[in-house]
Amino acid sequence: MPETIPAHMKPIHAKADCLYDSYFRKEDNQHQTHYCPGCGHGITLKLLAEAIDELGIADRVVVVSPVGCSVFLYYYFDTGNVQVAHGRAPAAATGIKRARPDAIVIAYQGDGDLAAIGSAEILHAANRGEPITCIFVNNAIYGMTGGQMAPTTPLGNRTTTTPFGRTPQNDGYPLHVSEVLAALDGPVYIERVALGNVKQILAARRAIRKALESQMKGLGFSLVEVLSPCPTIWKMDPVEAQRHVREVMTSLYPLGVKCDRTAEREPLPARPPGAPLAELPRLLRIPEQEPAFERRGATGEVDLRIRVAGFGGQGVLLLGQLLAEAGMDYGLEVSWLPSYGPEMRSGTSNCHVRLSSKPIDSPLVSKPDVLIALNEPSLRKFLGAVRPGGTVLYNGSAIPGDARRSDVAMYALPFFEIADREGSAKAGNVVALGALLEALPVVPVEVVERAMARVVKSEKWLELDRRALERGRQALRELKAETVKEPCHA
Amino acid sequence: MPRQLIKGNEALVKGAILGGCRAFYGYPITPANELTEAAAFYLPQAGGVFLQAESEVAAINMVYGAASAGVRVMTASSGPGISLMSEGISYLAGAELPCVIVNVMRGGPGLGNIAPEQSDYFQAVKGGGHGNYRCLVLAPATAQEMCDLARLAFELADRYRNPVMILTDGYTGQMMEPVDFHSTPAAEPKVPDWAVCGTPETRRNLITSIYLQPDDLERHVRKLAAKYRLAEEHETRWENYHTEDADLIFVGYGIVSRILKSVVGMLRERGVRAGLLRPITLYPFPTAEIRRLVGQAAVFFTVEMSTGQMIEDVRLAVEGERPVEFYGRCGGNVPSAEEIFDHVMRWIDGRASQAVQEVLSHA
Repeated sequence: MPETIPAHMKPIHAKADCLYDSYFRKEDNQHQTHYCPGCGHGITLKLLAEAIDELGIADRVVVVSPVGCSVFLYYYFDTGNVQVAHGRAPAAATGIKRARPDAIVIAYQGDGDLAAIGSAEILHAANRGEPITCIFVNNAIYGMTGGQMAPTTPLGNRTTTTPFGRTPQNDGYPLHVSEVLAALDGPVYIERVALGNVKQILAARRAIRKALESQMKGLGFSLVEVLSPCPTIWKMDPVEAQRHVREVMTSLYPLGVKCDRTAEREPLPARPPGAPLAELPRLLRIPEQEPAFERRGATGEVDLRIRVAGFGGQGVLLLGQLLAEAGMDYGLEVSWLPSYGPEMRSGTSNCHVRLSSKPIDSPLVSKPDVLIALNEPSLRKFLGAVRPGGTVLYNGSAIPGDARRSDVAMYALPFFEIADREGSAKAGNVVALGALLEALPVVPVEVVERAMARVVKSEKWLELDRRALERGRQALRELKAETVKEPCHA
Repeated sequence: MPRQLIKGNEALVKGAILGGCRAFYGYPITPANELTEAAAFYLPQAGGVFLQAESEVAAINMVYGAASAGVRVMTASSGPGISLMSEGISYLAGAELPCVIVNVMRGGPGLGNIAPEQSDYFQAVKGGGHGNYRCLVLAPATAQEMCDLARLAFELADRYRNPVMILTDGYTGQMMEPVDFHSTPAAEPKVPDWAVCGTPETRRNLITSIYLQPDDLERHVRKLAAKYRLAEEHETRWENYHTEDADLIFVGYGIVSRILKSVVGMLRERGVRAGLLRPITLYPFPTAEIRRLVGQAAVFFTVEMSTGQMIEDVRLAVEGERPVEFYGRCGGNVPSAEEIFDHVMRWIDGRASQAVQEVLSHA
């Protein structure tokens, strides 16, 4: 070759370096490909391999090959190879590229694979602007499975699954993938090329190289659609098949650049480096401080089952969480379980809380020691389940006459009215919590206040909640004083 | 060390990240959303990748890609989503790719409902996808275990180059309990030498599940089977709860095992020596431990939130030598301790054989 020809323009009949010299992963015929004579895959692979060589990226390339005639790229490419499921190459390539942003990831797909079963994956990878390169080999037929209709099969074509010819009524219209994808904002470069003659092949060569370059620059998604002959399934000789590409395929699928944003698109920003391991606990917001309070001087075993119930929005779950947080700080085992199941649908909200000095077995509280009922339906629903000797706190000025039990202590206080007087009815749940702390020595008040400071982030609300907690305790003290002779309503 | 009151689902994500997880691909589904949301919040801060995929099908194939590239990767879903992922899980197992898949079970079949069930046991333990493969399956019962087993799941996935599934339910996921994260110091994820990373060192590596020659595929499948035997020998995990002297042994996992612990206490108060065998690994199943207990127990009682799936493995282990009774609720109903207790007492007084009645009343 004359010395004036630059290295990257070496003759195209030479074998590319990133193709194996012999195909050691094949069982037989290790010197030849599995593609039929005249098949466009052979040419396309050669063009792709040459582009990889020219760009000097073979060490960085990962070829992703799904099902169909593209599945065997690992026989030929001396690069990283990942074989994936039918249609899923853009998703798998996304997984690889996100994990290894420096890799040059190339999804190599046929028309059935990309345009039918994998249509969602290609659409979304393109739309995300995933910085991968897709080589889309469109021969308008399912080759490997023996000649069934592809989404790209022209109208009227007979295939094994359109034995009377493809009709729009039965089979829909040929899918123009490149035009569809080019309409999205994500792709940076999409071009349709063909293998119908040498001129077209040279254009295909340039397009593939440009697609890879745009990935190397980190610009975004690129796709080259290659109109490709399939002489065996088309039942044509190679020359005739090439003519078919030139004359029929290109008239149905016009060649050319469908979108090119390589000049205007900025490279995607690099992902920040991983955090040092020592930083992880802080990033994961894992507490480093021991709890402020231990269960100092507490005697005896604790095993308290609490059910909190009310309307959604009354702060039922938060009330339960505050109890559990405080219990944990106090050195108890705790569990908090939101109600789950059919009753979620009726607009009520409730949770199960357990505080115990022993490991907690079942976190479900079907027979509570304490019921906090923030509305009447909740009182009626759960009152019967309360254990004898248990405690019931009810949001109201009086316990309804027909919802009373003589074997449990029942207290009625208008929690939300009390909270409203303090500044906001929203703190009614904390008033109820204060009342509980007064009715039963569950956890010391200062422990609850400390837990509250951790859970309630806003200083304004925290201030209100502190007052609400105190008002709840006070209100129950007063109620107890009034009913000192008869704490259990008969 | 300080503990954090935290939902099981969130504890799992934190445990996973501490265990080296650096990528999460998922698709929203109730009741697994806290997992996906926590991953979206924490992973990017930890220098990892989070991506909401266009479908479960895409999500599991993104997992496949990331696992191919040697990253510790996780996804989470619930029954209907896991069904969609099953093709990908088969590919992951076939290509021997490690990953962690969380199934926060909901009621099925079909759309079912969003309440907790345990009816994906067969799907998780027996396959779900096509071909001769197994997932290792872990069944946490506490928020602490959601954290700890997430970490273990990644270790097992790497050790066996196999998908590991964490099979849990809406209750265990939504429940808040104190979790000590300090017992699991952060692990530095290592890049395995078989991965395809787009580097000169990994250039010759190949990830694939295709073996066209029958002899090649048979060799591959037998290699997988040998790997699963190895896991059966070394990775079976369970918890015994008052089984030392038990005549009646419950078998239950996940949230049900917690309820059964209460039932064990209630039965013992009534003089019935009850105990619980809680499988922590559902595959490999603690068959040998059940075999050991067959010599001691008069009856096994399997309780599940399904119409009976794990009971088949219990029966296989018991080999017909003892009665294996069943109590199950489904549709999102969680059996209460009182309800199970009543059922068992009625069974003892009614349908239990005279021999079993005698043993159980011996105490």
